[in-house]
Amino acid sequence: MSETMNTEATVEQTIAGRPDHTAEILLSLDNVSLSFGGVKALQDVSFDIRRGEIRAIIGPNGAGKSSMLNVINGFYHPSEGTITYKGEARSDMRPDVVARSGIARTFQNIALFSGMSTLDNIMTGRNTMMNRNWLWQVLHIGPAKEEELTHRAKAEEVIDFLEIQAIRKVPVGRLPYGLQKRVELGRALAAEPELLLLDEPMAGMNTEEKEDMCRFILDVNDEFGTTIALIEHDMSVVMDISDRVVVLDYGIKIADGTPDEVRGNQNVIDAYLGVSHD
Amino acid sequence: MDFLYNVSIDPILQIVEDPVFFIQVIAEGLMAGVMYSLIALGICLIYKASGVFNFAQGIFIVFAVLCMITVFEYGVPIIPAVIVAFLVMVALSWAIERIVLRNMVNQEEIIMFMATIGLSFFLEGLGQTVFGGDSKLVPTEALHIGRDALVIPMFGSSIRLQELDLTAGVIAALLVGILALFFQKTPVGRALRAVADDHQAALSIGIPLQWMWVVVWSVAGLVALVAGIMWGASSSVDFSLVVIALKALPVLILGGFTSVPGVIVGGLIIGVGEKIAEIYWGDALGGSIEEWFAYLLALVFLMFRPQGLFGEKIIERV
Amino acid sequence: MIYREGGQIKTSYAADQQIFPINQDRWIIYGFIAFLFVIPPLFATEYHYEVILYPVLSLGLAALGLNILTGYCGLISLGTGGFMAVGAYSAFKITTAFPDLNIFIVFILAGVISALFGILIGLPSLRIKGFYLAVTTLAAHFFIEWAINRIDWLSNYSPSHTIGGPPRDMFGITVMGPTADPAAKYLIMLIVVVVLGFVAKNLIRGRVGRSWMAIRDMDIAAELIGIKPLQTKLLAFAISSFYIGVAGALYVLMYLESVDPEAFEILTTSFPVLFMIIIGGLGSIMGAFMGAAFIVLIPVILRNSFPALGLDVPSHVIQHIEFMLFGGLIVFFLIVEPHGLARLWQIVKEKLRLWPFPH
Repeated sequence: MSETMNTEATVEQTIAGRPDHTAEILLSLDNVSLSFGGVKALQDVSFDIRRGEIRAIIGPNGAGKSSMLNVINGFYHPSEGTITYKGEARSDMRPDVVARSGIARTFQNIALFSGMSTLDNIMTGRNTMMNRNWLWQVLHIGPAKEEELTHRAKAEEVIDFLEIQAIRKVPVGRLPYGLQKRVELGRALAAEPELLLLDEPMAGMNTEEKEDMCRFILDVNDEFGTTIALIEHDMSVVMDISDRVVVLDYGIKIADGTPDEVRGNQNVIDAYLGVSHD
Repeated sequence: MDFLYNVSIDPILQIVEDPVFFIQVIAEGLMAGVMYSLIALGICLIYKASGVFNFAQGIFIVFAVLCMITVFEYGVPIIPAVIVAFLVMVALSWAIERIVLRNMVNQEEIIMFMATIGLSFFLEGLGQTVFGGDSKLVPTEALHIGRDALVIPMFGSSIRLQELDLTAGVIAALLVGILALFFQKTPVGRALRAVADDHQAALSIGIPLQWMWVVVWSVAGLVALVAGIMWGASSSVDFSLVVIALKALPVLILGGFTSVPGVIVGGLIIGVGEKIAEIYWGDALGGSIEEWFAYLLALVFLMFRPQGLFGEKIIERV
Repeated sequence: MIYREGGQIKTSYAADQQIFPINQDRWIIYGFIAFLFVIPPLFATEYHYEVILYPVLSLGLAALGLNILTGYCGLISLGTGGFMAVGAYSAFKITTAFPDLNIFIVFILAGVISALFGILIGLPSLRIKGFYLAVTTLAAHFFIEWAINRIDWLSNYSPSHTIGGPPRDMFGITVMGPTADPAAKYLIMLIVVVVLGFVAKNLIRGRVGRSWMAIRDMDIAAELIGIKPLQTKLLAFAISSFYIGVAGALYVLMYLESVDPEAFEILTTSFPVLFMIIIGGLGSIMGAFMGAAFIVLIPVILRNSFPALGLDVPSHVIQHIEFMLFGGLIVFFLIVEPHGLARLWQIVKEKLRLWPFPH
């Protein structure tokens, strides 16, 4: 396995105290199945995400990775099985309710609001936290204005963090792909999530952009203590930055463990690594 | 209580008391439904092939039939007049492709829809300038369309059907049959189905997309001409018919925007439903409920089956 | 005047978040509003009011309402005429039932009733989208048209279901009805329009506006980041219908003075208002009024230009030309500049900002 991604951050990560098996379980899926008509996207999958860790979900195309994220954030409802979040079993929830409970995500194909500026996109990430009703906003004075300004300041922190100050007022539709991905991460971060779901955050990026993105992901995890679950195809990235990896194939979990454990797993090599690597 | 009786029990009693009249109502509804189907058919064809909801189909109908009548009035025999009208529609399709569609590739559906509203206004102005604003009569005799009524005895009573309506039904059926053959058996038809499925994929295997659009808009023009002749034969033709395109919307919703059989069935359901509602429930509700009943029917239907009768279930993805 | 934002450095988020962050914009807008309040009452004739100012104000407000729904929230409506009718008939019923009620309150109440209708019509919008939703609004339109033609009570039992603006005073000046002072009437309409214009601006630059645009740009993603789709859409329907309802009240009670139900037909109201936002610019407040001015002025210009050129063109021909011109312009704008006049204005500003350099 090649180790091309030797950024400073990854080195730091290996020495810092990482959450181990004693850390609190933030989210767990138990025997979750999901099917569309006759197609079984997920079959009897169980795994958990511990607070503070970076958890990778890998697998060949069509393995059910995105379906997994969609189940977690309530876009699809599992046909069987339970999801437990922060110790409470969750019934079928609408996506907006899930978002309010502290789970934010990015998308495989960028899902930004293309007609709006970078700043506005990031501000929408804070929508769940703004609660002055629209009658206040009509006047745009007093509490509504105050609220707007507080959240603007928070949004600016995210903008600073992601180093996108210069494109603050540019409509995101005009931005290049890599920056759009970054803005999308910003929108998710603005929600101050406890659990951040990233669906192929580095797809279609060149090495340099990937390194940047890795750095941001590790920094988010490090500075804000955000738990991260990510889907990624680039094996070197996955092996470098994640604490634990779960491997799916045809909707079935075939391996789960630390990068090293997964790397040595015969099932994984057969299903995935053996085919696409070496 | 009176009102409740009038909307719930009375209509049922009326139906049971005179079932032959009920059959008559259904028959009339079916005939009206054929017209709706024809109008919606033109829209459906264009939507399938170019993803445009053609609001201008209403003006197409008026335009085509007025063109035929005007040529006929100059003393041209009827068959050439029909051909001339069709050729005008082909030319119109070509112009629309050239000027509008070609410049609007990849626009959102809503924007395209609004463009066809603009197109409709333009053609209305043009049509009124060229053909004048008066209402005109379709030369039914020259077209050999009978205008008599057929009386069919039934259960000791009888129902009356207009020859004209029957002709419309037969012609509509023929038209759908020919179109089906055209789509299934000819190379052009196959290419059109490919285009309907996926524009870019069709382009990539060398189907001349723009040429296909002209073909399909012309076919819609032909359908409009037939619809116009049939509609005009039973009453007269004038520009107030333009809003008829709006009547096609509930039909399309019932049938699904891309399904030809769906459109036919949808049209018939709307036609029958509207007639029954008007005859049996109209008085209790204040009369002329035809004006909105079709939309209400479509709306109720939408709540239960958003993809239409024959549409595929929509799975949302991210 | 030189249009530059260089040197205007914002030192606080508050300054950057103000309603018109660029000084020149602020001056132009406030200057123009001041102009509208001062100049027409001094110089305008009855002809100017009747032919240009009243229709632009009332229809512009309707266009703004539709723009909130279609331009900002991405929900298409073909039922504008219906909602205008709701507003107009509500205002008529309220002001005839309570003649002493201040007409501003009458307009607001008419808007509220229209908004309630809007919420009702918007309810299916959670499940249905695009054209399908257009059919819902169309159903509403035809139902309302049918109702105002059938229910005599709505027009106070007028035989042809005609309604109009009864004479009403404010501060001792007649501001509504046939005997009203044209300038006073104009000022009343202008106040309503300006206030509602700023309200819309405030809503759109805040959380509500961002939610609307998020739903418009990508509804699924919006839901996944925690925007409640139904509430957001219903709010758009409610606010939009409120505006359209108030516009309908102004249109009938103030501008036309007396109308029958035919005035609200789809071809005479819903489509022209839709054209206004296409030409003016989808998703722009100023655009709604620019579009309204454009659509109102074209026929006026056409009607005046042929005689001015010494040509004797019959009026029905002019009407046909109008149709072609409108249709052609719609297609032209959709092809060339889907963001309409507002975008053209923005381009001019961008060019001015850089002037005299080309880039």
